[in-house]
Amino acid sequence: MIRKPHFKFDFWTIVTIVLVIVFALFLAYPLFSLFTSGFKDPETQQFTMANFAKFFTKKYYLRTLGHSFLVTTCTTILAVAIGAPLAYATTVFKIKGKGLVDVLVIISMLSPPFIGAYSWIILGGRSGVITTFFRSVFGVETPSIYGFGGILLVLTLKLYPFIYLYTKGALKKVDVSLSEAAESLGCNGFKKVTTVIIPLIAPTILAGSLLVFMNALADFGTPMLIGEGYTVMPVLIYSEFISEMGGKANFAAALAVILVIITGIMFLVQKYIVNKKSFTMSSLRPIQAKQISGVKNALLHFSVYALVFLSIVPQITVIYTSFKATKGAMFADGFSLNSYKSIFKNLATPIINTYKFGLIALIIIIVMAMFIAYITTRRKTWLTNAIDSMTMFPYIIPGSVLGITLLLAFNDKPMLLSGTATIIIVAFVVRRLPYTLRSSAAILYQISPSMEEAAISLGDSPLKTFFKVTAVMMLPGVMSGAILSWITIINELSASVILYTGKTRTMSVAIYTEVIRASYGTAAALASILTLTTILSLLLFFKLSGSKEVSL
Amino acid sequence: MSDSISIENVVKKYGDLTIIPGLSVEIIDGEFFTLLGPSGCGKTTLLRMIAGFNSIEGGQIKFDDHVINNIPAHKRNIGMVFQNYAIFPHLTVRQNVEYGLKIRKIKKAVIKQKVDEILAAVQIEDYQDRLPEKLSGGQQQRVALARAIVIHPDVLLMDEPLSNLDAKLRIEMRSAIRDVQKKVGITTVYVTHDQEEALAISDRIAVMNAGIIQQIGAPEDIYTRPINVFVSTFIGHSNLFFGIIGKDNQGSYVAFSDGYKSYMTNLSDTCIEGMKVIISIRPEEFSLNEEGLQATVKNCTFLGKYTNYELELPGPMILKNQAAIQYSQDVGQANKIYKIGDILTLKPNIFKINIFSEDGKKSLIKDVSKND
Repeated sequence: MIRKPHFKFDFWTIVTIVLVIVFALFLAYPLFSLFTSGFKDPETQQFTMANFAKFFTKKYYLRTLGHSFLVTTCTTILAVAIGAPLAYATTVFKIKGKGLVDVLVIISMLSPPFIGAYSWIILGGRSGVITTFFRSVFGVETPSIYGFGGILLVLTLKLYPFIYLYTKGALKKVDVSLSEAAESLGCNGFKKVTTVIIPLIAPTILAGSLLVFMNALADFGTPMLIGEGYTVMPVLIYSEFISEMGGKANFAAALAVILVIITGIMFLVQKYIVNKKSFTMSSLRPIQAKQISGVKNALLHFSVYALVFLSIVPQITVIYTSFKATKGAMFADGFSLNSYKSIFKNLATPIINTYKFGLIALIIIIVMAMFIAYITTRRKTWLTNAIDSMTMFPYIIPGSVLGITLLLAFNDKPMLLSGTATIIIVAFVVRRLPYTLRSSAAILYQISPSMEEAAISLGDSPLKTFFKVTAVMMLPGVMSGAILSWITIINELSASVILYTGKTRTMSVAIYTEVIRASYGTAAALASILTLTTILSLLLFFKLSGSKEVSL
Repeated sequence: MSDSISIENVVKKYGDLTIIPGLSVEIIDGEFFTLLGPSGCGKTTLLRMIAGFNSIEGGQIKFDDHVINNIPAHKRNIGMVFQNYAIFPHLTVRQNVEYGLKIRKIKKAVIKQKVDEILAAVQIEDYQDRLPEKLSGGQQQRVALARAIVIHPDVLLMDEPLSNLDAKLRIEMRSAIRDVQKKVGITTVYVTHDQEEALAISDRIAVMNAGIIQQIGAPEDIYTRPINVFVSTFIGHSNLFFGIIGKDNQGSYVAFSDGYKSYMTNLSDTCIEGMKVIISIRPEEFSLNEEGLQATVKNCTFLGKYTNYELELPGPMILKNQAAIQYSQDVGQANKIYKIGDILTLKPNIFKINIFSEDGKKSLIKDVSKND
């Protein structure tokens, strides 16, 4: 007799239900309240379109949106113009120290974004090293680093690695026989690149550039520090929110809704391109790097090294200045450990908080990621599919928006979480879960279900099998994703800056406030600790994953 | 139209490692020439030297009378079909086939006509506007073939083009390739490790091993009169026996270790009485008889057209390290199917069997040479 498949109530059912509740509570509900509050009048709490009308009729707000689009578009174009040729050059030609180049590029990508802004201020700001040098030696004023140019510089250097890594990944999948086929048909050189290579990697570059676009659009720290009068959307949302704090923050919510809609569209387009437009290629013989010689080779090496140096300048600056002697908030001549002494005396809490909150969030992330990965790949139902789509949301919600969202949702009893460590940890988990989740799901797809079936056929219960067989086999993939989650957690600024209180301040928030207070010495020392932690974690990642590749 | 290819003493080295130590072969205009050998024998390396994807460390390769050693691949006017087809995934079938013609700046109308013709010839007109990923392996193969041929190359080079297809499609495609090649009349160099495929498709075959050509000849010559033990066992199955040359009043013979004598009429003049030799007998070169070699049936496999018996013979008679001693019985002519344990008396066909020198390196049959 054939039994109808019916709903089995087991461990995984419980996991699914718990996850649904967690997502409903910490993601769906807050987002829903954000959307509704965007449509509410601050005074009467009646439904209104006034908040949106205000945005679209006031020149100031529209200009901010214009700023955001301009700086983001320029960043994306520059990132592609730098990242794609760099990837092509390092794939096709032999570069000395290529491994180090890759590692440095990845470090510059994963370092806290606002450290870039801060370092370039130290170098090219009003009393910056370069500025003072040019002023005193040549009597010339260097162009201002603040505003549009500065944001563009910092964001480009921070985001071109995305394009670089994406393009490199795509080129790795191009089988050399495609290139040879073009040659056998009489086509070589520039023409081969334009008719074969570029079309093959174009979808990947396009998908990567949309990612860069979203990242640039959502970035808060960089424009906040270096943008000055040049306001962009996340900064506007932040300042509107802070100034509205007494009221109900409905206008800030409306702004957030607009931003989320834009990034949401970007995300969907990006998904579409990745799924529909990219080619499935598998390469048995990848392109081999060629040795070139003479002037060409020298030029190639010079450009690659110069670019990598430029991207790593912030890290060097930060570490160097952290050892400078200070006089009050200012740098003085000579070196000392004063900055470090000062942070361990006054700023120990943020350091401890970063590691404590980070680790707690990481453990939650790992457990959730493994469970979600399992139910969404092995127990496909409409409910697990719903969870799967929910996990995509963090991609489209800028950090500052998430911060506001959580604060609005958990500001009242019975769910009063604002000001607690919990709310910061929730923000960390929501924002950084996707990295671990993606790598967990990826490895699970590679583990054949017959492994589990074998264990069950030998008499293990399904639950035991999961923990004894599946989970153990998943671990390498999970851990490599977890390290990326960890690195991005400790560098998280845009949500924490909205959620923190004196007691729950993290390192990145402390750096931000120290920079705002112009206390550069302590900021540099904190940033050095953060950078060092990032680099060490990254080295651990390379060791664990056995390759020098990062996919974000 | 197409060119002959002269390969003169070419050498291929990777660092200190010599892959091809100096190889010469003449490929005639318009013929279907196959390089056959086990993997790692240097056949693909040689093909890629002809194509221009591998450098040439010594000797020269000529198309007709032009030395092409230093001409880059894209100027050699070759057509190449790759093992993984290398169809451009971003272009439709038609765009793939047009690609080489567009590079050659041919008029649009001419391109259209040529592409239409070739798509019809390889029977893929119906799929011309699809993207390659929507095609089956066999269809992709046809696209790759059309793309390589449509440019009217001087030579067509094919690198194991059928190895990714399933058995049935392989047989279908090899006749398709053969038909198109004959129709266009283009000099073709084909690389494969599949001996059955080589026999079916080629005008001539060069059997390679360890970077050296063992024998060149028409498929039937190579199969029936192999130059050495390697060729006789690599192409088809051969049972190898120890033997001694002898002579008595009935003529020259080879004697097996158990004393059975096969009187031969085609031994070469280098054979001397008392010479130790290797006797190579294919499974179908035995027949059931009153006299012959005594063998016990160890295993039997019924295969429809014939039955394959695995035999057991006294150890000292046969060379060691052979896969199996086999006898194929033609089912159409058989009176009886034997069972495991039955004892058969098998007579070798003296007009078919081959005799090799003791070291296995040279055939002792009259007029068998390395080159045809």
